[in-house]
Parts: sequence; C-alpha cells; structure tokens
Amino acid sequence: MWKELKPALLITLVFTVLTGLIYPLAVTGFAQALFPRQANGSLVQSAGRTIGSELIAQNFTRPEYFHPRPSAAGSNGFDATSSGASNLGPLNPALASRLKKDAAAWRAENPNYKGDIPADAITTSGSGLDPEISLANAQAQSYRVGTHRTGGRDKVLALLQRAAKDRTFGVLGEPRVNVLELNLLLDKEAPAVR
Amino acid sequence: MTPNGWLQIAIFFAIITAFTIPLGGLIARVMEGRKTFLSPFLGPLERLIYRICGVHQTGEQHWTRYAASLLAFSLVSGILLYAMQRLQGLLPFNPLGLNAGHVSPDLAFNNAASFVTNTNWQSYTPEQTLSYFVQMAGLTVHNFLSAAAGLGVAMALVRGFARQSVKTVGNFWVDLTRGTLYILLPLSILGALVLCSQGVIQNLNPYTAVKTLEGAAQTIAQGPVASQEAIKMLGTNGGGFFNANSAHPFENPTPFTNLLEMVMIFLIPAALTNTFGRMVRDTRQGWALFAAMTVLWFAGVFACLHFEQKGTPVLAANGIAMEASDTQPGGNMEGKETRFGIVNSALFATVTTDASCGAVNAFHDSFTPLGGLVPLFNIELGEVVFGGVGAGLYGMLMFAILAVFIAGLMVGRTPEYLGKKIEKKEVKMAMLALLVLASSILLFAGVTAVIPFAKGSYWNPAGAAAANLGNPGAHGFSEILYAFTSAAGNNGSAFGGLNANSPWFNVSLGIVMLIGRFLMIIPLLAAAGSLAEKRQVPVSAGTFPTHGPLFVTLLVGVVVIVGALTFFPALSLGPIVEHLLQ
Repeated sequence: MWKELKPALLITLVFTVLTGLIYPLAVTGFAQALFPRQANGSLVQSAGRTIGSELIAQNFTRPEYFHPRPSAAGSNGFDATSSGASNLGPLNPALASRLKKDAAAWRAENPNYKGDIPADAITTSGSGLDPEISLANAQAQSYRVGTHRTGGRDKVLALLQRAAKDRTFGVLGEPRVNVLELNLLLDKEAPAVR
Repeated sequence: MTPNGWLQIAIFFAIITAFTIPLGGLIARVMEGRKTFLSPFLGPLERLIYRICGVHQTGEQHWTRYAASLLAFSLVSGILLYAMQRLQGLLPFNPLGLNAGHVSPDLAFNNAASFVTNTNWQSYTPEQTLSYFVQMAGLTVHNFLSAAAGLGVAMALVRGFARQSVKTVGNFWVDLTRGTLYILLPLSILGALVLCSQGVIQNLNPYTAVKTLEGAAQTIAQGPVASQEAIKMLGTNGGGFFNANSAHPFENPTPFTNLLEMVMIFLIPAALTNTFGRMVRDTRQGWALFAAMTVLWFAGVFACLHFEQKGTPVLAANGIAMEASDTQPGGNMEGKETRFGIVNSALFATVTTDASCGAVNAFHDSFTPLGGLVPLFNIELGEVVFGGVGAGLYGMLMFAILAVFIAGLMVGRTPEYLGKKIEKKEVKMAMLALLVLASSILLFAGVTAVIPFAKGSYWNPAGAAAANLGNPGAHGFSEILYAFTSAAGNNGSAFGGLNANSPWFNVSLGIVMLIGRFLMIIPLLAAAGSLAEKRQVPVSAGTFPTHGPLFVTLLVGVVVIVGALTFFPALSLGPIVEHLLQ
C-alpha cells in the first residue's frame, strides 16, 4: 500500500491541473469567445440597466403583468442565490394548507377564468427559479392582464402567441412561455393602462 | 400518458442504442491500449503522465495490487479534497469570500467521501458554500477520476472473464489515465460547449446584482457551471453546481439540454455492455445485458410516469387540472419545471437512479408515493440498469454470476459464465457485495430512525432524527431510507426535505458511501482475480447459453426478486403505506 501512495499523490496532482484547472478554464475561454451572452447568464437589459436573466424567474405581483409560478427558493422566494424546491410530500398538511390558500388567492386574482387551475399555476417548481409558465396558465391570466393593458385581452393574447414557445423540434419538452420576455413585450407593445 | 410522451421516450432510447456500438468499440480499443483516432493528440500526453507519476504502462497488476492502488488513490485524493474545502478561504477564484466557516469538518468529510465514491450527495447549498476553485479543482476533478476508477474496476472484472490462466487483471493507473483522457475529457469538452450554447453559464464572475422590472433587488448566482455539468452527467456523478441541480435553469435551460443530459448519463454505461461483449469476444453477451437493462429501465419509466401523471388527491381537491392537454402538462407538478413537464421529469428521475448519477431535474421528495418509490427502488436494485460508469457493468455482472449460479442449482450442474466455471469463491464474493449494500442501507436507516439524540446535542442539534425531516409520517421515514439508500448505492439524489447537514448525518452517510463503494469493489476485484486464473472450459451441450431470452428473463428475475425480498419490509413502512393512506 505505501508504495502506491506516491503515484496516487502524483496522479491526483496531475489530473487536478488537467481536469480541474486547464479543462474548466479552457472551456471558460471558448465559451466567453463563442457564446458570451449565454456564458454570462443570458442577462436582459432594459432602459439601459440590467433587469435580470432571461433564464431566472423574478417575481411579478402587479396585475398588469403575467405572474410566474410560486417559488420556494430562499425564505421569500425567487432568491437566485438559494435555488431549491419545497420538498413537501403529497400528504404533508403544510402542502394542503398552502395549496388551499394559494388556490383561493389565484382564483381571486383571476376571477374571469372559470376552468381548472393549470397544473403549474400554484405548484412550486423544482428550482424555485422556473422562468416559464404553461400556455394554459398564461391564457388564464390573460383576462386579468388584458383589463390593465391598452388593446385589451385580444392584444395580450396576440402577444402571448408571439412569445409562446412550442416543443423543441415540435417534440421535446412542453409548450410554454417565458414570463419576463412576455412582460417586456407587453410593456413595449401594449403599455399598461394608468 | 400522451403519444408525444411516448415519442420523447422512444427518441431518448433510440439515441442511446445508436451510440452503443460505436462508443462501445472506442472504449474497448482505448482500454486495451490500441490506437484510436485520438492517439496522435493524446498519446504523448498519456505517456507524459506515466513518466511524471512513475507508472509502467505495461506493468500488469495482481488483483490485490489493483485494489491497493485504487484504495491509495481514493485515500490521497479524498484527503486533498477535504483539505481544499477547509482551506478555500486561502485559495483563488473565490469572489464571494467563502472560507472554512462555511464548511464544517463533518461536512467536508461527508463531501470528500461523497465525491471520491462517485456519489455526489450534497447536504449543503453549493452556491452559498463552496468557492469556484473548490468546484473546479476539487469537485470537477473527482467527477472525472471517480468515474474513471469505476470504469477501471469494470474492465478488471471483464478481463477476468476474457483472460485465462493469468494472475493479473490490468493496471489501475493506466485504466484511470486512459478512461479520463480518451473517453471522459473529449466528451466533456464537447458536451460543455453544446450546453453553454443553450444557456448553461460558464464564467468566473461575482454574483450579479440586478433590479427587476418591478424594481425589486435580485442577486443572480454565477460560476463555471457548464464544465462541471458535462462531466457530472457523463461520469454519472450528479453533484450539482447549484442546490437545485439539473432543475436549475443555469444547469439545464431547455428541453434540448435536458435530452442531452439524460443521454450523457446513459451514454457510457450503455456502451460498456458492447465493450464487454467485444472483450469477451461475443457481442451477444453484451446485448443480453443490454436487453435485461432495457426491460428494467422501461418498467421504471412506465410506473413513474403513470403515477406522476395521475397526480395526487390534494392537488385535484384544490381544482388543479390533472389531465395533460396541449397547453399544460397536468399531473403532479409540485417540484417540477414547466419546460420538462411530467414526461421529462419522470424519465429523468428513472434514468438518474437506474444509473448511479443522482442528478435531478425535479424533486423526488414531492413525487407521488409510488412515483417516488421508483427512483428509491431503482437504487436498491443496485443501480444495474445501465448503471454508473463501470459500476453498472460490474454490478450487473455480479447479478449474472448469481443468475447462472441459481440456474446451475436448478439443473444440478456446475454453473459457467462466459466459459469460466463459477465456483464457491465467485459466488461468495458476489453475495458479499450484495449483502454489504443491503445491510448498510437497512441497518443505518433503522438505527438513525430510533437514536434518541437530545436536543442541542453535538451529533444532531435538532434532537431525534424526526426533527430533521421535511415531512411528517411515513414520508418522513422514506426521507431517511432514501438518504441511506442513496449513500450506499453511491447515487447522490435525495428526498431533499431531510436536513442532513448535522454531524450524525454527515458522518454516518459518509461512512455508508465508503462502505457502498469499496466493500463492493474489493470483493468484485477478488472475483476478477480468481476468474482470470481459471481456464476456459469449452462450450458443451450442457452449457446454459447466456445470450438468449431465457437468460435475460432469469437475470431480470434475479435482480427484481433479490431487491424486492430485501427491501419490501422497509418500503412498506415508507412509500407503500403512504400510498394506501392518501
């Protein structure tokens, strides 16, 4: 065993340099050269300042905006330095009372929508930073958003259709829409009614 | 379950199958030291590494030497990883100024054991705990090396079957170097850049402070993620750069990256069935293992998808849609991401626990009782469904030894596998490996559930383990069972509601990881050594063919029955009773 320790130490050091420094730093160099926007977090600028990342959910509470899914990241949600899920099991009374409270609040926010609550609307996501909502969720919210936007619900639905993402290659994943992207589009093309 | 769902599952499986032959061939050539298209570039580097480390490329090792090299390597690299975490405050690439205060000694031990054993269990929030330097020069390095070490052990066992009348099973240092240089590193570079093009971040910036559209302050974590993400999947490691792991949009931003990440988990383990077939000069033997793995994989996907899509009574009671439609996924979306929906969350959960990966794109703790039973049971089966890099193959070969032994008992003949007589020593070693896995899970989970820690005690300040749980009742027990299952199986996924960052959990889980890794590897290397010394016996009329449907059925039966008999009592206290209560 003892004579194995020397190669063990040397090979650990060699591969620490190769796979722990050269590899990630080389990938960083290539990534910064080839995909600088993505490599730095797909940050979004508006009116000359950085307002967030296209990939990271931020909270929206005003009625004229589409709202993201509830977040369990950090103690107040939407903490992009503390990603995570609720980890509540299906029989946990805490989940039952949260869902009951959030379902009532969601119905009160979207009084003109009468159908089932879309599956993503009041469940927390895995990361707590899910930047997207389902199309059904957006359509349900469009009644509320429409009453606060010039052009009304028709205009909002048209913009939703423009921002909506289909399954990748028509097959992979789920149809959805990015909340920040959609809200920026609304501010640009259908300003809020004051 | 929608036609689109089936199509997505079929596409994933088609890609895995398509790569099995070409990659399996490449791995066989590399591990046998033959020339490949990569040799002109990497050959000189490989020889340089041997020269620096004083390794003789052709110096074959007896199985005991092979095991000693592996243990020495794991010990030394583990100590260095422990030291690196504790000293992170003095090291570069640390824009957040993290230091030893963020990594207690028991946490650093747990994490070192975790990454050395290819488990990558994390009882902390990485983005608030570890500097970029530790993530790169510590964790990323072990992602490569623990996978390459597993690959080496699998190759040693296969050589045991392929060779005859020799005392050696290969050279650990050579296997480690070749696996890393020729297989893991090129695929990781490629994978990291593709991931990055899709939105996975790769930088050394401090965290970005922004003011959101509504004017709130938000701080966005950054870091060298893509380079770690690629090897995290390819090496079936699974330790996230972020707490949310592959659910985090910076680790897994699109359905395309999700497919790529799932493919990267199964890519090498599936190809190894073909590598195995080539090395024993009968590729049908590899396809038989592939077929058995496919059956078990599909059963898991089907079950998990079914229960997650069905949803739970509490969701339905609150007026949430359970049926999938063209505009929303339906089902149990608690802990799942919109872009992945039900289908890709269930598929990912099955794949990551079939393999010993442990990366997650949805949180298993919030799965339905039986949907969550699937990942738990997958790990308890020994992660032999394609499995970890190397670990899946040597685990399945262990079951193959048991399967032919049982077949031999039934017909009263000395069992043979791949022309080698399976005798007392091989069966003993296979049983030992199996018992180590089962007993370390059940004993530690049982003991942890009942120790009466006092509140404020050093080992578990919260009090008895029940105080660490995120959920009451049967589900809470499942959290403890899952934790020790994940540790012993070297998986690393979790029912994440459990707060496992206390000295008791960190130390006991760390020990179970070491047991699950090394007390499985050593018996199997012993079996490899014993097999290599035997002569091949010629195929006769009495030989049980191990490449046909009968053997595949027997093998699947042995895996499932051993797993079910061992774990049914524990599972009935957790997920099964929970299902009956809901």
